[in-house]
Amino acid sequence: MQVGLAHYLVVSTLLFCLGLYGVLTRRNAVAILMGVELMLNAANINLVAFNRYAAPAAVGGQIFALVVITLAACEAGVGLALVMAAYRGLETVHVDEINLMKW
Amino acid sequence: MGELAVFIILAMVTLIPAAVVVTSRHLVRAALSLVPTFLGVTGLYVLLHAEFVAGIQVLIYAGAITVLILFVIMLTEGGTGVRTRQITDQVPLGAMAAVWLAFVVLAVTLRTPWRTQPGAAPSYGVAAVGTAFLTDYVLVFEVTSLVLLVSLIGAIVIARRES
Repeated sequence: MQVGLAHYLVVSTLLFCLGLYGVLTRRNAVAILMGVELMLNAANINLVAFNRYAAPAAVGGQIFALVVITLAACEAGVGLALVMAAYRGLETVHVDEINLMKW
Repeated sequence: MGELAVFIILAMVTLIPAAVVVTSRHLVRAALSLVPTFLGVTGLYVLLHAEFVAGIQVLIYAGAITVLILFVIMLTEGGTGVRTRQITDQVPLGAMAAVWLAFVVLAVTLRTPWRTQPGAAPSYGVAAVGTAFLTDYVLVFEVTSLVLLVSLIGAIVIARRES
């Protein structure tokens, strides 16, 4: 049995749903960012797999995946800076305790 | 047959540590479990003949982002103890949402007749990616570099200690 497009789609679906579970149930803002990274990885698997199986001669999907990886790095940097700023001001990184717009 | 075995091993290497990432009470263990997940995804990219994406995945995800996350865990030690409650009250709801979404997406995915094309990947993928970046996708390339600059400045401004 050959590995096809559907195999990769199943793996990326499961990875995305694990990330979603992490985002919905975690209390720590850093752990929520880890869940977001898992979801972005699942999207990247889809992009590269469709590139390989639907248009093997083109590289558009790989380009898109590279841009998503770059923007994920930006998102991690800014998100973790926000966590640091919130921790300095409020002494907590738990999202259910951060309920002030201003302090 | 060998390809399928490699694929199954890589899928396990990706998904089992991912489950640890979202469920572990120990936050450092969760952060370190990100590394095998990212390396498993790297293996999937190699299996898909996307070597350049695989290299970038190792450099940025397994290298930079994991180290960044570990540093922030160390700097915000108030919320990372093993005794600290790490989950919200939404666990049943979140599990229901994740399982439901997985069920729906898998049902749709496996019923759709995906139109695939046979064919080989470009023989030297890195050159093809580089050429495409500097010809067809040059606007995307430049805007991405601008976004990188903006997020760099933004991260410095946000994380700076106010005197």
